[in-house]
Amino acid sequence: MSRALRFAPLIVLLLFVAAVVWRLAVPVDQKVPSRLIGKPLPAFALVAGVPGKPGLKSTDLALGQPRIVNLFASWCVPCAGEAPQLQALKQAGVPIDAIAIRDRSVDIQAFLTRYGDPFDRIGSDPESRVQLALGSAGVPESFVVDGRGVIRYQHIGPIEPDDVPRLIQEMERAQ
Amino acid sequence: MRLTVLVLALLAATPVMADSDLPAARWANEQLPDPAQEAEASKLMAELRCLVCQGQAISDSNAEMAGDMRALVRTRIASGQSQEQVRTYLIERYGDWISYNPPVEPKTWPLWLAPLVMLAAGALLLRKRLVRRRSP
Amino acid sequence: MIAEAGLAALWLAAALTALQLALSLGIAGPVGREVRTIRGVSIAQAVMTLTAFGLLILLFLRSDMSVLLVAENSHSQKPWLYKFAGTWGNHEGSMLLWVSVLSVSGAALALLERRLSDQTLSASIGAQAALGLGFFAFLLFASNPFERLDSAPVDGRGLNPLLQDPGLAFHPPTLYLGYVGLSVAFSLAVAGLLRRDVGPDIARAMRPWVLGAWVLLTIGITAGSYWAYYELGWGGWWFWDPVENASLMPWLAATALLHSVNVLAARGGLRAWTMMLALVAFSMSMVGTFLVRSGILTSVHAFAVDPERGAFILALLAIYIGAALTLFALRVAHVKEGAPFEIVSREGGLVANNLLLSVILGVVFVGTLYPLIAEALTGDKLSVGPPYFNAVATPMALTMAALMMIAPQLRWRRDSAAILPRLLPGLLVALAALVISLWLAPQIGLIERSALAIGLGLVPASLLPLIGRSLRRTPLATWGMVIAHLGVALSIIGAASNSAFTVEVLHAAKPGEQVQVGPWLIEFRGVRPAVGPNYTAIEGELRATRGNGVSVLHPQSRYFTSPPTTTNEAGIETFWNGQLYLVLGEEGEGGKWQLRLWWKPFVTLIWLGGAFIALGGLLALLGRWWKGRSNRTDKTPKRRKGYR
Repeated sequence: MSRALRFAPLIVLLLFVAAVVWRLAVPVDQKVPSRLIGKPLPAFALVAGVPGKPGLKSTDLALGQPRIVNLFASWCVPCAGEAPQLQALKQAGVPIDAIAIRDRSVDIQAFLTRYGDPFDRIGSDPESRVQLALGSAGVPESFVVDGRGVIRYQHIGPIEPDDVPRLIQEMERAQ
Repeated sequence: MRLTVLVLALLAATPVMADSDLPAARWANEQLPDPAQEAEASKLMAELRCLVCQGQAISDSNAEMAGDMRALVRTRIASGQSQEQVRTYLIERYGDWISYNPPVEPKTWPLWLAPLVMLAAGALLLRKRLVRRRSP
Repeated sequence: MIAEAGLAALWLAAALTALQLALSLGIAGPVGREVRTIRGVSIAQAVMTLTAFGLLILLFLRSDMSVLLVAENSHSQKPWLYKFAGTWGNHEGSMLLWVSVLSVSGAALALLERRLSDQTLSASIGAQAALGLGFFAFLLFASNPFERLDSAPVDGRGLNPLLQDPGLAFHPPTLYLGYVGLSVAFSLAVAGLLRRDVGPDIARAMRPWVLGAWVLLTIGITAGSYWAYYELGWGGWWFWDPVENASLMPWLAATALLHSVNVLAARGGLRAWTMMLALVAFSMSMVGTFLVRSGILTSVHAFAVDPERGAFILALLAIYIGAALTLFALRVAHVKEGAPFEIVSREGGLVANNLLLSVILGVVFVGTLYPLIAEALTGDKLSVGPPYFNAVATPMALTMAALMMIAPQLRWRRDSAAILPRLLPGLLVALAALVISLWLAPQIGLIERSALAIGLGLVPASLLPLIGRSLRRTPLATWGMVIAHLGVALSIIGAASNSAFTVEVLHAAKPGEQVQVGPWLIEFRGVRPAVGPNYTAIEGELRATRGNGVSVLHPQSRYFTSPPTTTNEAGIETFWNGQLYLVLGEEGEGGKWQLRLWWKPFVTLIWLGGAFIALGGLLALLGRWWKGRSNRTDKTPKRRKGYR
């Protein structure tokens, strides 16, 4: 057996240990980010989620001003948790639209009454189609879309108070 | 973290909370009428990874989102798209991660070449032995 | 007091292990009485470890909620069997089980092994003690199972309901026994390399351990596969999930080792290779335990990640495997080559078996870790799953099965064309299967068709070694081989048939509705509430008819409260030619219930085959043991006749 070959198993072990040490140092990030960041929104048109408020079309998001699109659901507990932060964004002058995932009109209405309604438009996505088209992997998630309808930033998970400045900054960058 | 002791959360056991009240999407649990198309869709569904229950294929998952992804696959296959078109649609959105079938491209060459290299190395090692042994 | 006594026993056992190691290191020169002392110490430390483990079981049975581990993993309302099994259904308990098996294996080696020289034996016991010491340190410093709580909670947090299943209660310990049983082969290989004593004697000492561990691994994997099949409720039996792969890798290595160790024992060949496999097999056990316990791979079995503990086990693993592989690299040049052989010989067949098994092992290893490596190097996540493993491993497994038709009938050293007629029965059956399947089932895929043909051809082929000899005088080991190979054939047929012929029907049905599933007409009669020991359920009633046969199946949707979870309990009925597998889903609109119905022809052969494989191993083990006993009493060296 040649000398190099004798040490081959040790080299495999070394590679294994190196890979695993890297993983222990950089823990698994379970988030699956969308690949559409920097790309135009896919075309969609969603019916209104609640009466008295317009639904959401992809063309609504290409009107010259950057907007946030928030994916939420009345049955999603963290979505209630991020409601104050959405209000804060709204107060800071950030226009926000929403897509309600797998939801009913009455439930959305009740949710908004209880936790506040910062949304200009709410589209209803009962079979998660637009969610999947956007490359979103769950609720809540928020996308920053610039004035030309290009996705600029994706926030995965609930918006914590610390995340608000970041989102405002991303909105400014999307100008 | 003393308390993070082994939460063996096998994902077939979905937590009771955090599900919507809406019924599953039309094609989530309903087969396509054309058996050939259904077979296509089934094969693809077994190769796509569930987004919320990351260790399972969407064909084996009780998660609602997996149901919506099955509906997406079936609808698109029924509309005449090929398996690869549907797969590409999802990879464009979620990256290679979404497919259990790794694409053949430079970063996966080692993966796909590994079996051939190992077989060749083994055969070479063996051949040397046998040749040497035949001529005592 | 029990917890404190347990901890004390654990410390004592660790100390005895240190003593064991010190004693075996001390024996360098002439052999004195020390071997007997080492034996005593080994047994004492095994007894101490078992005491600690027994006390932990007692704590679980008594639901002593003042112990952290019990409070976090048990519940006083649980059936006693699951309190018992809950002992190892968690990290600390399972590591204590691991250490107990390691200790008992060391003691058994010390007690039973009489063939090896005293030096080699004490070196191997020393190696075993060195392994044990590291894991004792891990238990005592990083995962103490006996930790107390300052104030006991009223009740515990419960055990995952999916784990509350009699099959699963004994699945992990079986696998662990197998994993850790391989440690003896590892220690023997280390001793052989250290003592420059690599030869048939080491192989014979190793063989029963490898066989025993392999039998347990086979049982564990087969049971685990069946458990996943009926508990997860989607009809799949192998998912190539990282945790499954982690259990498969030691099995593949042990299977290769099992075959090569025979070449070494009988013919003195494949010395270096066999030692390598012995090191790899237990290394894979450690790698598997690490991967599962550290939770670093995303898997259906989602464990909480604890980097600190992960790092501890990783350090142990790196030290042990690294040291063993270094020893191998340094000593392999001194390992003598065995007797020569030609490619068409039994050795040739076994070498081919080893090559294919090793490459499959390599593929599983690379495929399981590749996402990690790719992410580390490129930052991109990717998934390697069933399509890759099936595409790569299946052809190799089928090639191996095809070789199995002939290899067991080859003679040692060299064989000739005279063997060809013996190929005929298998080949004819395979060919017939091919033609018939083309005629009756033209739609099935190439892989399924070849698998069916090879599997069916292997049935007569695997029985051939029995033909032409007196069945009563056929050695048990030969019977074992025949039955194990037959098991492989059955498993292949079952898997191929399941993949090719399964009928799946998804249907939302109102009570009274009828659905056709393959040959079965299934009537959904309705649902009713049901109650179990610690869950409530909705139970469906489904009436299946085929010809005159009627069966009533009751799939359930179960709701557990501690912790809150729902599970599906499939209604399964087994017939001679397949299984009905019915799952009750959710209630939809209009009083309709979502049903998932499968007819799976011959699917049970997969696990029946697994049972045959394990049984074959068991017979071989008994045969060797019997032979070993009669050899010991009968001093004439009959067995020497075989090799020269």
